[in-house]
Amino acid sequence: MGMTMAEKIFSRHTGRDVRAGEIVLADVDATMSHEANRPLALEVFQEMGGDKIFDPKRVFMMLDHHFPGYSAADAVSNQKMRKFCAEQGCTLYEGEGIAHLVMPEKGHVLPGDLVVGTDSHTCTYGAMGAFSCGIGSTDMGVTLMTGKLWFMVPETIRMNITGKLPPGVFPKDLILSIIAKVTADGATYQAVEFAGPVIEAMSMDGRFTLSNMAVEMGAKAGLIAPDDVTLEWVKKRAGRPFTPQKPDGDAVYAKTMEFDVSDLPPFVAKPHYVDNGVPIEEVVGTPINQANLVSCTAARVEDLRIAAGVLKGRKIHSGTRMFVTPASREVLKTALAEGLISTFVEAGCHVGTHNCGGCAGVIFGALADGETVISTANRNFQGRLGNPKSFIYLASPATVAASALEGKIADPRPYFK
Amino acid sequence: MILEGTAHVFGDHINTDYIIAAKHKSRLSNLDDMVEYIMEDIRPGFIKEITPGDFIVAGINFGCGSSRETAPWVIKKAGIAAVLAKGFARIFFRNSINIGLRVLRVDTAGIRQGDRIVVDLASGKVENRTRGDLMTTQPMPPFIQTILDAGGVKNYLKTHKTFDL
Repeated sequence: MGMTMAEKIFSRHTGRDVRAGEIVLADVDATMSHEANRPLALEVFQEMGGDKIFDPKRVFMMLDHHFPGYSAADAVSNQKMRKFCAEQGCTLYEGEGIAHLVMPEKGHVLPGDLVVGTDSHTCTYGAMGAFSCGIGSTDMGVTLMTGKLWFMVPETIRMNITGKLPPGVFPKDLILSIIAKVTADGATYQAVEFAGPVIEAMSMDGRFTLSNMAVEMGAKAGLIAPDDVTLEWVKKRAGRPFTPQKPDGDAVYAKTMEFDVSDLPPFVAKPHYVDNGVPIEEVVGTPINQANLVSCTAARVEDLRIAAGVLKGRKIHSGTRMFVTPASREVLKTALAEGLISTFVEAGCHVGTHNCGGCAGVIFGALADGETVISTANRNFQGRLGNPKSFIYLASPATVAASALEGKIADPRPYFK
Repeated sequence: MILEGTAHVFGDHINTDYIIAAKHKSRLSNLDDMVEYIMEDIRPGFIKEITPGDFIVAGINFGCGSSRETAPWVIKKAGIAAVLAKGFARIFFRNSINIGLRVLRVDTAGIRQGDRIVVDLASGKVENRTRGDLMTTQPMPPFIQTILDAGGVKNYLKTHKTFDL
């Protein structure tokens, strides 16, 4: 009987064949923790009597959520993390960008890996065929001691995605439409495998967008089988050997779902739930005050190119503020070289530091009562950006750019004819 | 062990941003200072409604969203004896087990705000004294129950030294 990707990866990290439903103790290839979740993982490690972390080469810490530091509490956490990493010899990335792009960019996550991070969007690395999931600070403190953690091997939902994304419709639209169908807890405790010709034709940037949002349907992981696209992306970044895993042809899935994207319209998730996604026709014309091109979901190079393409030679609406924060320093460098940043500035956007600020509820772009923002981020919960009386719509970079131009939610497709 | 307290009823998909908003968990380094803001954005002043020993009662997907461990922490620190819900999001469920916050899966559809609830942890029976209804909790894997019974994973590892699956 064949195995799913999750079963194969857990088998490899446990040293024996394991199946969905088993509880196993597995070796972890890499850990990621950032400064936003308290207690800090290092504090839990120290409280548990930890002296040396299991392997400095497999532990990575990030200052990305609050970087460059929004409060006195941040300054204290940041200093603790710098000190810990210096003492332990593990790598701290300070202001290099959002963890979920920096980890793959620097080659710290590779196909076939098992990775944990103190962030729910750690599932992003599933796009590279790594089983990666979010855990809490205490679980991370435990992992830092031994490099092992217990897991229940999940069942998998297979999603076959066929057809071709129409012009003006992007991976973010696809994932919002999938989540709307599956619902916010439709994949709880399960892994998802995204497969089919649409995935095979998709860039890594697009794949990261899909996997990033797997947690928003409750999934433990959002996996894409590594292929030539993955290996091409990885080869200049990998600094160690890796063993890609693909699902067997006769793997057993909890459920298989088919999605044909041939007629998929742009999708927008309405306040205040991520699975409240609707075709754009239902929200077109909604006035907006702010547009955010931000976050680990969709602020990579491809996303910035798409948005810049819509904005080039134009100015955003006088009543709308638009913020652009590239997902990493690498993305910023490429965007500068390609003239994308100039396009954003000329259009009237505010370009900011590559961090999690515009998504994670850390204050930038504060909203007044009744204000509306349209964002490329992954969550629109009430109060997520600080004001429970504001409204957050989630959309693709193209929709966000088009909406900023028009001062209201706008269908991006006319800009792609 | 028997738990008895008042039910504080919430709906479906109560996410961890509602349980403790980012604007508080980011600015405060001391977890004790965050407790007063529990559920503030959806139920202002909720902290004042809680008597130690009470229950949070919810629908599906409780604790969805961010992995912040401060979410189960503030619930425990606020004096909630257990969260009863139709379903839990996985990271929240795991975090709760790890810090020793009791999370019980049970059909909560018939429980209303203010009902008097009695939970028999040994048998898994949940009694709604106000309405006379009886429910049974869904058991969890024995290994996970052991961590919870130890009061969380730090205590568990003090006695077990390693994970005894």
